[in-house]
Amino acid sequence: MRLFELGERTAKVHESLVTLPELAENTDVRAVLLDIADDPAALKPYLNRLELVVLRFPIFRDGRIFTQARELREYLRFSGEIRAEGHVLPDQAAFLKRCGVDSVVLPEGSDPELWERQLHRFPVAYQRSVLPSRPVGAGLRVEEET
Amino acid sequence: MSVPVGHYQYDQVDRDFLEARIAEFSEQVARRIDGSLSEDEFKPLRLMNGLYLQLHAYMLRIAIPYGTIDSKQMRMFAHIARRYDRDYGHFTTRQNIQFNWIKLEETPDILRDLASVDMHAIQTSGNCIRNVTSDEFAGAAADELVDPRIHAEILRQWSTLHPEFTFLPRKFKIAISGSPHDRVAARFHDIGILARPGDDGRTVFRIFVGGGLGRTPIIGQEIFDAVPEERLLATLEAIVRVYNAHGRRDNIYKARIKILVQALGIDAYREAVEAELAQMDLEHYRLTPEMVDAIQARFAVPELSAPDNAAQELASKRRENPEFDLWVRSNTHPHREAGHIIAVVSLKPAGGIPGDATSAQMDRLADLADEYSFGELRITHLQNIVLGHVRQDRLYALWSSLKEVDLASANIGLIGDIVACPGLDYCALANARSIPIAQKLGARFGDASLQAEIGALRINISGCINACGHHHAGHIGLLGVDKRGEEFFQITLGGRAENGASIGTILGPALPEDDTVDAIARLVDRYLGIRQKGETFLDTLDRLGDAPFKEAAYETV
Repeated sequence: MRLFELGERTAKVHESLVTLPELAENTDVRAVLLDIADDPAALKPYLNRLELVVLRFPIFRDGRIFTQARELREYLRFSGEIRAEGHVLPDQAAFLKRCGVDSVVLPEGSDPELWERQLHRFPVAYQRSVLPSRPVGAGLRVEEET
Repeated sequence: MSVPVGHYQYDQVDRDFLEARIAEFSEQVARRIDGSLSEDEFKPLRLMNGLYLQLHAYMLRIAIPYGTIDSKQMRMFAHIARRYDRDYGHFTTRQNIQFNWIKLEETPDILRDLASVDMHAIQTSGNCIRNVTSDEFAGAAADELVDPRIHAEILRQWSTLHPEFTFLPRKFKIAISGSPHDRVAARFHDIGILARPGDDGRTVFRIFVGGGLGRTPIIGQEIFDAVPEERLLATLEAIVRVYNAHGRRDNIYKARIKILVQALGIDAYREAVEAELAQMDLEHYRLTPEMVDAIQARFAVPELSAPDNAAQELASKRRENPEFDLWVRSNTHPHREAGHIIAVVSLKPAGGIPGDATSAQMDRLADLADEYSFGELRITHLQNIVLGHVRQDRLYALWSSLKEVDLASANIGLIGDIVACPGLDYCALANARSIPIAQKLGARFGDASLQAEIGALRINISGCINACGHHHAGHIGLLGVDKRGEEFFQITLGGRAENGASIGTILGPALPEDDTVDAIARLVDRYLGIRQKGETFLDTLDRLGDAPFKEAAYETV
């Protein structure tokens, strides 16, 4: 498994990863895998002990992950690591980061340099995200901490 | 460089962003060619850059935000038509332009040419928030409350490469109007927005959600009556977030927001949006007056001044020339400023292809925009071109110039102002060719006096049930169907997109192309015979129902 870090946070390997239904019985587990159809709000009782939430793309076109990540960061104020895995494209790197994802499990045959390039492709954004930002000129544009 | 009238002025930051987008797309094309991107993976990426694969070639759809361009941009379209296409372009019902004969490998060059005039093809396709449409008479119409283009530009920026909403269940279309006369078909959009002035001097928004045409035509429902300006982006984030999380992804025909709104009911949808808003950091999403004012400052406002006798000049030209008078009646709209008028240039010549323009016509329109309307042009959702700020005493000269290039058809809002999808001539999905029947109908009713006599009557033609020609919303709608390998057309009556939006009802069995043209001719004759004084086609239909029209249409069949 190759991990690609989208920001400052160091991605950590966790030995045991459980699904949402398994979480209640495994009180010592610190990492969970959310299904694409799971509501992140179900993690509320466990947030204090969780260090990692893994979100899984069944296919790169399924954009629910972006909303899941945002809900975790913005609504639930989850401060641990959020990771994406599954069928994901380098072209989605910046979107993931801007929704609060910290790391990606690189699919087989990925070129980390391409991921790096896509991550820093755009100098500005036209809307706020979960990242700290400062305005660029007047209007909506922002430059984000990278 | 002077600030353009009617649209946002780019600066270096905006240009660098476009540059980065083109570099990204060039690499994506290269990755497709070397095989590191599969066709399945490349497809949504190219679609989000406006590139479709049609029946015979690639098509590139270029964004015209809120339908407004300047003369320099129009000349660039002419250049693209000449250099990369077959010397023409096609203006669409979503105020964009598309070129139908594009080579994949030339696409990055075209995007670079476009970027040189601050244009792009971003999000003109794909399952993302599409180019935002607006009122073609924005900033000019006498009946307008708020110029919606400032907020349309804000929505364009907000939706551009939105990190959360770029892989939605399906495409997502937003329209915004600032007039009580809905000219954007707000209730046939995923989100339709009507802007009006609020008590505090800022703008407030009435928002409809879940409208759309396509296979399942549904009229949008009001979700909020008065969203304050500072809450606009937060509210849209919440509406789209609920859709992204819960919209169906198992069936593309059930994936639009309208299906979700129907499934939940508008009250439950509103509650879900309010639950999002309750959890959001509203300050974070706040659209401040300073942000709005800064965007507004990038729009130039035309300095209007007309001689006192401008209106008399126009009146006397109309008396002298009945042909000109006829054109003024159908092809102009009242301007907010005395001595001015809004002129609509029809791209629907009798027997022509609706919405097409040649490079020579585009160049000429750009010149006329410079000469008569501050270099500004607007594309209408009925595929015509608007010159928004013409002095009344110069309207006759403008009309004379339009006549020289065959752009003076007097048929706006009349039966010749036909909307047709590209149909089987271009589109892989179509069952029938929409263009030839549009040409036949246009020719049949070509006479300007006849069209004036018939009055307000809209024909919309779609080549298949995906309804890109908006047949559901046409006063007369035609839907192409395949009957044992032959092209037939189903007729619907009574659709309308404007205030009091409704969906047309099917008149009877589908007919072959030529029989359909004849049936419509009989149906129109019947209307002329039974209408009461002052009635439009819709008035007569509403009064009598479709029985007399059904009888006429199927008389000899």
